[in-house]
Amino acid sequence: MAVRADDDLIAKLGDSIESSSSGEEGLVLTVKPDAVRAAVSALKDAGYEYLSYLTAIDRGEVFELVYRLCSLEPLRDGAIKARVPREDAKVGSITHLFKGALWQEREVYDLFGIVFTGHPNLTRILLPDDWVGHPLRKDYEDERLERRPNVY
Amino acid sequence: MAVDEAHQVQTDDALPPCKEARNAGVVTATVEQLFDWARGSSMWYMLFGLACCTIEMMNLNSSRFDADRFGIIPRNTPRQSDVMIVAGTVTYKMAPMVRRLWEQMAEPRYVIAMGGCATGGGPYYYDTYSVVKGVDKVIPVDIYIPGCPPRPEALIDGFLKLEKKIKGGA
Repeated sequence: MAVRADDDLIAKLGDSIESSSSGEEGLVLTVKPDAVRAAVSALKDAGYEYLSYLTAIDRGEVFELVYRLCSLEPLRDGAIKARVPREDAKVGSITHLFKGALWQEREVYDLFGIVFTGHPNLTRILLPDDWVGHPLRKDYEDERLERRPNVY
Repeated sequence: MAVDEAHQVQTDDALPPCKEARNAGVVTATVEQLFDWARGSSMWYMLFGLACCTIEMMNLNSSRFDADRFGIIPRNTPRQSDVMIVAGTVTYKMAPMVRRLWEQMAEPRYVIAMGGCATGGGPYYYDTYSVVKGVDKVIPVDIYIPGCPPRPEALIDGFLKLEKKIKGGA
């Protein structure tokens, strides 16, 4: 269900949008990595003023970042997605827009190794400081890690 | 003063207690045996928890399970504790702290690994980067209690087995 405000939003972001959809999960905009800050900012201005969470998915060649926002009044969901290359995983921090992103960006950095430029304190948050590697990457290897044998 | 014949304990019969002494109402034991009897009767455990097993462990001294009747009571410092119950998942991040707590306990000290995680990694054995595959990789363990989590009755059973071990019966 397209909302008129959403159309304005898409028009405002213009070329930085790679694709957009608006289905059951609300408005989903896939944008270029360097436009993430602008896109999140635009969504916030359009009424999506609550950051539910931000996370990442390892898609092999790229990491897919997901910023899930929602509007409380009227109740609507929205999301920004961006694909950053694995070799140069970098994206602008949104901590100046949402304070709640401070720890979540650290968590994504900790587990995926994605660098959020502009973050005031981008250090590991869950794992010990001397940990080597980023465990949620699909190619993560650790001698202590034992893989479940395929018995079927 | 002449020593009463019946109370004279000969070195050959010191262990086990000689018949004459027993008939006279005297029980003989080594000092070590006496100490073990005391230790096994007052197993004070260190009150700390790592995961969901702790919820079951907290019931141990509740009125329903009343572990106090076995002399099992919680202490809030390792220096006053005899037993460490490792109740929950031990992560690589937490392992040094568990080790340090164990080192701060006065000897003799005993360790109970409660639940699947502390025993051998449990459900986190495979495909997990953060969990130690059993607390016995960090500290020596006396009693392993299976379960996920074990009920307080199982924990009491573990304590009774530990008591037997301390008193030399197992």
